[in-house]
Parts: sequence; structure tokens; C-alpha cells
Amino acid sequence: MSEATPRVRINPLGNAIPPNPTRRNWVPYALLVPGLLWLVIFFVLPMITLGSQSLQEGSVEEGFVFTGNIGIYADAFSQYWPHMVRSLVYASLATVLALLLGYPLAYFIAQKAGRWKNIVLVLVIAPFFTSFLIRTLAWKTILSDNFFITQWAQKLGITDLLQAVGLTSTDSLLFSPFAVVMGLTYNFLPFMILPLYASLERLDPRLLEAAGDLYATPWQAFRRVTWPLSLPGVVAGTLLTFIPASGDFINARLLGNTQTSMIGSVIDTLFLRVLDYPLAAALSFILLVVIVTLVSLYVRKAGTEELL
Amino acid sequence: MTQTSVERGRGDLRLASLTKSFGSFTAVEPMDLTVPQGSFFALLGPSGCGKTTTLRMIAGLEAPTAGSIHIGDQEITATKAHQRNVNTVFQSYALFPHMTVLDNVMFGLKRRGDKDARRKSLEALELVQLEGLGGRKPNQLSGGMQQRVALARALVNRPDVLLLDEPLGALDLKLRRQMQIELKRIQQEVGLTFIHVTHDQEEAMTMADSIAVMNEGRIEQLGDPATLYEQPESTFVANFLGQSNLLRAKVVPGSGREGITMVRSHDADLEVVENHVPHGVTDVWLGVRPEKLRLGESGGPNRLRGTVRDVSFTGVATQYMVAMPWGRELTVVQQNDGSARAALGEQVTLSWAAEHGFALDASQDAEAGAMVEDDV
Repeated sequence: MSEATPRVRINPLGNAIPPNPTRRNWVPYALLVPGLLWLVIFFVLPMITLGSQSLQEGSVEEGFVFTGNIGIYADAFSQYWPHMVRSLVYASLATVLALLLGYPLAYFIAQKAGRWKNIVLVLVIAPFFTSFLIRTLAWKTILSDNFFITQWAQKLGITDLLQAVGLTSTDSLLFSPFAVVMGLTYNFLPFMILPLYASLERLDPRLLEAAGDLYATPWQAFRRVTWPLSLPGVVAGTLLTFIPASGDFINARLLGNTQTSMIGSVIDTLFLRVLDYPLAAALSFILLVVIVTLVSLYVRKAGTEELL
Repeated sequence: MTQTSVERGRGDLRLASLTKSFGSFTAVEPMDLTVPQGSFFALLGPSGCGKTTTLRMIAGLEAPTAGSIHIGDQEITATKAHQRNVNTVFQSYALFPHMTVLDNVMFGLKRRGDKDARRKSLEALELVQLEGLGGRKPNQLSGGMQQRVALARALVNRPDVLLLDEPLGALDLKLRRQMQIELKRIQQEVGLTFIHVTHDQEEAMTMADSIAVMNEGRIEQLGDPATLYEQPESTFVANFLGQSNLLRAKVVPGSGREGITMVRSHDADLEVVENHVPHGVTDVWLGVRPEKLRLGESGGPNRLRGTVRDVSFTGVATQYMVAMPWGRELTVVQQNDGSARAALGEQVTLSWAAEHGFALDASQDAEAGAMVEDDV
């Protein structure tokens, strides 16, 4: 904007609008304000509270006092690391299962469903119309001992197989790691399908024709073209499944047993039943750091090696 | 045709009664066609004429309803696209956006396990004048460069047949002209069979050794560009390749000189070379190209008088619209060779030689193929 030749724009009524670069430059920042305020009030402040809470000592009756007790993190970790590992293992299993189930479905919806596309998409989202709790309780019925699924699984030797790999410890399906993983997979499947769908929908089928024309078998075309081009969707879907699944406490409580409790249920119990706020806050922080670390390692790997 | 082509006939592409229907719609009527190895062949026609469907059947991307495809002695009708030694340059280029230019070019060779993929691909990039750009991603290149990458990616495999589906359609006019010459050069250099699908008659004539003009799923006429232009066999070809003035005429039997047939059109007796007249037909369209008509009497024995209704000067030539007494306007193109120009409203004589006319069966629509030029 040079001073010598001010750019004067004329509006349709003919009056000149003076240039006002100052106000125009403010607009993008102004748009940020509501979101930033939201984040500060509902994320940054609670995080600070949580952080200070984790460094307090005391009890509900006598009140908590800030003592800067860093040692609580070591205690929390040494006491609950098996729950942490278990949570990450269950969440990983659920994520892999959701990917295996979701990818073909998302591919079908995006590339082959044609005029059925919207109907199938609505069906994917339909479970959200029911409460999370109700849906998880339904799995209790599905996996109960006297329902046909468990009986067939027993006849077909699937229960033996699950026992052999350690996903169940009895002849039942319910109240086992298997049931928890199934519940997690089911509940977070739509979060896997939707981003996969979004990236597969953008895939130009002409690229697959080109791959076939250049001697790629259907499998090679998938491996070299479809898969790498859908990676952004795979990364988004796995994160949207893995992160909430590793902090989940409903599935472990309703479908699992005392040996399957996940870190989410531990935090839940400490906060709401035992009322040990500092330990609960410290565990929340540890979970946060572990997940952020794993996710950044994962994104970096997906970003540098596989996206090439 | 080209010096590099191996023993003639060994790698010819042969289509026999090749047919494609989509439900009740027949996109390609039974088609018989032989494309000699090493030739630059064009399938020319308006959009929807079945040329792209034909190409896709040769590529293996579309299964024919009936008929067969051979390359040399080998039948490939039932083989999948990835099993055919045929490559395509797609209209959309279909470059893999997540791979570098070099990886795109190496794609085909790598699928076949070629140990020399890298060297060959670098050579191919050199051939299309993109040396040094192998490390870029396709979206970092201009449209013309992407076009060259698509060409290199197909060429590098040295296919038996290279298919080009309107490859220059997305380029601007200047770049298109340049790529036409370039494509022709590359084809002569590598000696592969090129089949080029286009709706642009000028593009087809510039590049191809022979052209099949397609309309409504059929081949209207097959021949080298000059023959198609000078002796079209249907009104569609006459109008689709360049412009034609078509006059309604009747053959006057047994009246001409040696090798000449006389036709009568609007009370004028006109001469046409005998082999430009279809046999056993009396009602004909007599066709003359605008640039074959001369203002004045120097053009030949055929004369018509009319009034100049429109003059447009384009620099290299002048185009006149001359109204005949019966109302029809004829187009005349006069080269800017220094001869006198006619003025608006002037009475002029048009003349042309017997060998410059051609007669077509009058049962056809005189307008067929006239309005479909440059529909992109």
C-alpha cells in the first residue's frame, strides 16, 4: 500500500470506500477468538488445575494442600503401569480390528455404492442415535453364555482358540479381554470408517485404470496406489479410534472382569469413588503424555516413510 | 512406414467384428480394422462416436461384447489390462500424485521386474525433454509437462501398441501445436504403433499416417489424410474434415469426355472426374472444397455465377460467402497471393477443375458432421 497512490474502491452506489488495511488484517485474528476462548476456558485452565491438583496432598475431609509432591508420578506409574499397558494393548487391538473391518466397507461406500452411498453412510452413523451405554450393554446380551453366538463359538472351537491366545480365560466370551476389545472395536468403528471414506472418496478410479494399464495386478494397484493415497484417512481413522479407546472405561467395566480394567476405569474410580484426586490427576497426565508420545511417533513414521 | 519397424505384419493390431454395447445402446458397431505395426494411426470422430470405447477395449479397460483383438498372431481379447503389452496415455494423464515423476515413469517397468528400470526411465524423460525433473511431484509441473510425463510413462515400456486418448485436449492451442510435432517426432524415433484418439481433425491430419473417421459407432472412411480430404466418401467425412460446399446434382449419363462424368446442377453442366463419382447413383451431392473455388474463370471448366454476400479477410486468406441465384451460399477461400479481391455485392464467377469436385450419394444428410468441429 503506497501512500502516493491510495487504492480507492468504488462500491456499486458510486461512493468511494477508503482503504482500511488495518481493519481488514484484524479479521482472521478476530475469527480465532471464539475458538481460543473456548480452548483456554475448557482445556488450558482445566489442565492447569489438574496439574496443580496432582501435586497436592491431603484428603477430602481435611482438604488438599499444594506441596509440590513430584514423587506421586513415580508412585502412580509403578502402581498402575500394568493397567496402562493393558489399555494400550486393547486399544491397539481394537484399532487394528476396526481398520480391517472399516477399510473394505469405506472402500465399498466410496467407490462402489453408487446411489446407495448416502443410505449406507447413514447406516454407519445410525448407532450414534442410541446412547453409548445402551449399545455397550447390548453387547452383554450378544456375548452372553446362553446366546447362540457363544454356543456356536464353543462348537466351532473358537473359544478354545481365544483361550489359547489369552483373550479369554474360560469357555465364555463375556467378561473377558475379548469382550472388551469387541466392545471397543464396535463403539469406535464409525470414527474409523468416516475419515477412511473421506479419503477413499477422493481417490480417482482412473488412477487404478492407469495402474492396471501399467501391468499392476489388482493387488499391486492397491498396494502402490490405493493404500498410499488413502493413508491420510488411515492415520486420521486410527487416531480417532486409538486415542478415545485407550482412555475408555465403559467397555472394560461392562464387558470385562477385574483382570481387564483399563487405565480409564482406574482414573474414574480414583476420582469418583476413592476420592484420591492427586493420584487420579497424576494418572491422567501420564496417560496424556504416553498417548501424545505414541501418536507423534506414529504420525512421524506415517508421514515420512509410508507417504513416500 | 518407419525405418525401425521390424518385419511387416508381425505386430499388426487386428480388430475383428469388435463390438461394444451398453444395454440396448451400441457404442461400437462390429468393427474390422488392421493397424500396421509402426504406424501412427488416428481414430477421428465427434464425441460419443465410439472412438474412446474402441481404445478402451484395445487397452483392456473395457470388455468387448463380441469380436476379437489380435496383436500379431496373439489373441488378447480375454486378457486383463495388466497382462497386455499395450499402454495408454490418458486424457486426464492419471499420473500418480504421491509418486515423483521418475517413480511414475518407472511404475510399469518395476511391475515387470525390469532391473534397468531407472536407466530406461531417465532415458524416457530425456526423450520427452524433461531431463532433471524426475524428482518433482506431478502437481509441481505445468499441464504440458504432465502430458510429457504421461507419454514417457507409457513409452518407456516399449508396448506393442501405444494408445493416446485425446492426449492434447487439455493443452492450449500453441502448446498443442508444439506437442503435435513433438509426438510425431517421438513416434518416428521409437517406431512404435501409436493409436491416437481425437475429435480434432487438424490434429489427426497433422500427425497420422492413416485416419479412421468414426461416426455413431462405425468407421465412415479409412485412409491417409490427403485421400480423406480430397475424396471423401460420405457427407459426414466431407463436412467433418474441413469444410465442403455441397450442391444438389444429377448425373447425366454417357455425356462426358474420356474419364469425366457430367452432372447437372441448377441448370449448369459441371464436370467431375469419373472416379470421384460413386457407381450406380444418379442423384448426388457435388462437393467442392472452399479453397478449390476460384474467383473468375481461371479455376477450370466448371462455372457458377453469384453475388458476394460477405467478405472476411484473415491475413493469410480471404473468405467469401457467394450467394447462388437459387439462394444457397457457397464458401470460397482465396489465398492472399496478390490476386484481385472481390467487393461486397459484386457479381462474380466461380470456377473449378473437374478433379477438384467429388460426388456423394444424395440420400445422405448434407449437414452430417458439419456442426461438430471444435466442440471442446
